[in-house]
Amino acid sequence: MISKKNPIDMLFAGITAISSFMVIMLIVGILYVLVKESWPAIDRFGVWAFITSDDWNPVTESFGALTNIYGTFVTTLLSMAIAVPIAIGIAIFVTEIAPNFLKGPIGGAIELLAAIPSIIFGMWGLFTLSPIMSELIEPALKKMTEDIPVISKLFAGPPMGIDLLTSSIILSIMIIPFTASISRDSFKLTPAVVKESAYALGATKWEVIKHIIIPYAKLGVFGGVVLSLGRALGETMAVAFVLGNNHKITSSLLDAAATITVTLANEFAEADTDIYLASLFYLALILFAMSFITLAVAKFFLLKAERKYSR
Amino acid sequence: MTIVQRRKIRGVMAMTLSALAALFGLFWLGFILGDVLVKGFSALNLDLFFNDPAPAGDEGGGLKNAFVGQLLITLFATLIGVPIGILGGTFLAEYGKGRTISRIIGVLADIMVSVPSIVIGTFVYALMVKPLGHFSGWAGAIALAIIMIPVVVRTTEDMLSMVPWSQREAAFALGAPYYKVITQVVYRGAASGILTGIILSIARVAGETAPLLFTSFNNAYYSVNMNEPVSSLTVTIFQYAMGPYDNWHAQAWAAAFVITVFVLALTIAGRLVIKWRYR
Repeated sequence: MISKKNPIDMLFAGITAISSFMVIMLIVGILYVLVKESWPAIDRFGVWAFITSDDWNPVTESFGALTNIYGTFVTTLLSMAIAVPIAIGIAIFVTEIAPNFLKGPIGGAIELLAAIPSIIFGMWGLFTLSPIMSELIEPALKKMTEDIPVISKLFAGPPMGIDLLTSSIILSIMIIPFTASISRDSFKLTPAVVKESAYALGATKWEVIKHIIIPYAKLGVFGGVVLSLGRALGETMAVAFVLGNNHKITSSLLDAAATITVTLANEFAEADTDIYLASLFYLALILFAMSFITLAVAKFFLLKAERKYSR
Repeated sequence: MTIVQRRKIRGVMAMTLSALAALFGLFWLGFILGDVLVKGFSALNLDLFFNDPAPAGDEGGGLKNAFVGQLLITLFATLIGVPIGILGGTFLAEYGKGRTISRIIGVLADIMVSVPSIVIGTFVYALMVKPLGHFSGWAGAIALAIIMIPVVVRTTEDMLSMVPWSQREAAFALGAPYYKVITQVVYRGAASGILTGIILSIARVAGETAPLLFTSFNNAYYSVNMNEPVSSLTVTIFQYAMGPYDNWHAQAWAAAFVITVFVLALTIAGRLVIKWRYR
């Protein structure tokens, strides 16, 4: 469509092409810069040894990523475990159960809540949720589980409210709207004819949801869940307030911990030696790789779902 | 109990559970929003907007530096990110339409949208802060611009694709070169959609904190010099909320109120435009 004779058209096409290539250049650039900046640490600590070392000591200049990776995994998995069932419940409620006049407002409210900045969740967590956790919920959990052998270990230690459990709850509240809105969009795509056929055979509403809507939407919902997982991995401010930045691997959910993002947020601007800064860049590189792979997997499933629905 | 009864009971139980899940989720979300609005509103006062911060621990003072800094950083991020995003989206929807490379860029842009923003912060730190040896407002603006680009690229592509091809063909038939067709026909047709994309992308970055922590950093004094560290509302919230003074906490709530209302207003405005124009 470009007319080769018109120099302005060629120029404009070139400018737009360069602008869109910015996306590729940024991703390659981020990868290159992170590898380059973390090279002293990669060189000194290696790859496997860095990932499996739980040392994080700026004084002796000995660094390992395990405590951070552990914190990231625990908060992410726990928050997903809380958020996914609730988000799917919300999506079912909004698409199938709620009366029509409620569908729009509730759906809109959920999407709006997804727009609230993460720092707001973090600050609310520190001032409002953390005291509730330390005074009410955590003592109750301790009491409920004190006689159960393994589970009581999960709630050992003083209930401070600045810990893995509180962080995971805040994180889950933050990703609920995100997961719910993608699940809702997938549920909505189930053709009415298929649902009506099931109703005509005498299925109850729940049977239609369980046997028709969920199987039909599962690719999209799964993609949405993985996408939320990618988001949760990299979430910084929602957890930075209430995790405590403690570089220890703990068995109790009531202990302070550190995630990759929280370590970066708290220590990056203060890193005073080159190897310290390089190790932090190394953490950023690991986080970038983890979230990029997760998001690519999510995108793969969402594209597959899209193709299936458009058939 | 007959099978039908059992199925009905199971159905009612599942429905109740899902309604409870919805209620539970909405309760927490409403709790957060209500808390921020109530506590933030009660901490609001005019001094906040027109005074500089008081010395740490003293009563009074305001956050003029943070409000102005936030505006500057967001403004420059928009000025850098939006044109690149619109032009990039133009390539995907027009010159590069249907090519493999455009599809790859589209997928990568979708992934970029969700890449942890703190990673962008470390990237810009390595590019701009480390070589120059100091934090700067420009570094913050560029970090936010990088976050905006993929958002704007995607919405622009979507909006341009909605303009019917017959309109372009009509312009081609009059002998217009493609760049004129794009700038004078396609952009006009998609103007409100592109504007919505810009509004939503501003809403997306206005509440960002992580990429500013080690780019624009923070500044306890009023400064409009983008070559120096510049204070922002979000980083100030982080610092004040983690600080020991009640006065700081109140100001953090007030700042949280302002940023939440701003972001939600932009988001609602963007969605209203979409609703009014495209549904």
